[in-house]
Amino acid sequence: MTAEGEDAADHVRATVDAVYRTDSRRVLATLIRLLGDFDLAEEAMHDAFTAAVEQWPRDGVPANPRAWLVSTGRFKTISAMRKRARFDASLLDIAERLDAAARDRREEDDAGVEDDRLRLIFTCCHPALTPDAQIALTLREVCGLTTEEIAHAFFTSPTTVAQRIVRAKAKIRDARIPYQVPALAALAERLDSVLHVVYLVFNEGYFASSGESLTRHDLSGEAIRLGRLLVELLPEPEVIGLLALMLLHESRRASRTSASGELILLGDQDRSRWTRELIVEGTALVERALTLRRLGPYTLQAAIAAVHAEAVSEASTDWAQIVALYDILLRADPAPVVELNRAAAVAMRDGPLAGLRIIDAILARGDLTDYLHAHSARADLCRRLGRAEEARAAYQRALGLTRQETERRFLERRLAELPA
Amino acid sequence: MKYLCLIYDEEKKLAGMAKSESDAFMGEYGAYTESVKASGHYLGGNPLQPVHTATTIRNRNGKVSTTDGPFAETKEQLGGYYLIEAKDLNEAIQVASRIPSVKTGSIEVRPIMTFS
Repeated sequence: MTAEGEDAADHVRATVDAVYRTDSRRVLATLIRLLGDFDLAEEAMHDAFTAAVEQWPRDGVPANPRAWLVSTGRFKTISAMRKRARFDASLLDIAERLDAAARDRREEDDAGVEDDRLRLIFTCCHPALTPDAQIALTLREVCGLTTEEIAHAFFTSPTTVAQRIVRAKAKIRDARIPYQVPALAALAERLDSVLHVVYLVFNEGYFASSGESLTRHDLSGEAIRLGRLLVELLPEPEVIGLLALMLLHESRRASRTSASGELILLGDQDRSRWTRELIVEGTALVERALTLRRLGPYTLQAAIAAVHAEAVSEASTDWAQIVALYDILLRADPAPVVELNRAAAVAMRDGPLAGLRIIDAILARGDLTDYLHAHSARADLCRRLGRAEEARAAYQRALGLTRQETERRFLERRLAELPA
Repeated sequence: MKYLCLIYDEEKKLAGMAKSESDAFMGEYGAYTESVKASGHYLGGNPLQPVHTATTIRNRNGKVSTTDGPFAETKEQLGGYYLIEAKDLNEAIQVASRIPSVKTGSIEVRPIMTFS
């Protein structure tokens, strides 16, 4: 091949990669509907992308790559079945049925594709699956995370996650869990697990658990898009609250890292870089959720984020209101992580010693002992109290728990800044 | 697709019912059975006699053993079943969730295995 030919091939390969990143999950969601099987659809999707790598350099990139991938994946699956049908006649029947069904429907229109993504979410979050399996399956199928990334988010092993996914898919297939958005009567009841999963996805993108970059914009964007879709479909207070929470976090994304990629904590962030439109939208959603009265954890966390968003500096933040919101949140969701966050707010309102006492009490109970942020928060309070030795030990403990490059550098920098 | 709906409940609770209560309960079952026949979901179903009538049989190394009682002693006992036809698990859940014992015991929904 000539140098120019190689350049063109590289360019097409980059295009395929880009389409994979933006559209592979949509393609998969539609293929699951068309082929009626998760594993078949995954195989079909990979076949389609392989075909794209081979054909696009020669034939050019199609006008609608997503539609091309869907029909290519479907075609390849059906023709592979026809070939295998020579040995297993029952496959021919399935192949013909799939072919007829596919011709029957217009799978390429965008509205249908959006429905497919919702179908996929609700199927992955079906209550007949265990909660762990719901989350693992959604992260894998809807968001395309690897089993390693999911394992990290769950503090468990990749093997365990892989088994959960295999079992969940087997149950979907064998018990015939339908690929559909639940009827309105069942919708509310099935929403909690969906919201939990969406928020985990957002966090995976916002606080990327491993790798070199601190944020993975595509995942958070994905979660926000799912959040918006859910608000449209079912504007329950907590659905609105979750979207508000994600938008308010998202508004600070640009200011969370320096130009050189270093982590910047909330108090040190350049607030002029916060995205105004997201704050305005997020705050309006919080107000809307609060008027609906039933206060849930997402709405309360969003309300806390909104208090931060309206303050011009850390010092002028209404910490008393934030502590009060955490008090309500702890009643709705008595989790150690919430206690930890409340401790940080108490430290701002009443001084570092008050916060440190709460964190030490949590750790003394045996909670959060392997949680990075408990140790880094503790280290920070010790540092502010001038307890350099305790701070050093806590930063080192936190360092031992981090798997994220930016976070590691941040903690090392803080360690180096401690007086000897 | 066929699903077996296994009905688990506490026999003691059922045995302790006043006659009017158990009549009402049987009436609910009668109405339920009629409704699933009418909707086309019903393939079959029966109540079972209590577990004291159960016999468990095993064959180990060619030797048959017969013992009194159910396979497993549990708080709730298998008391009956419906075999239903449903298009998917959601429909099966919807049909099974109206079985009268769902309010006192629990219903296990199991897809029937088919061999092609």
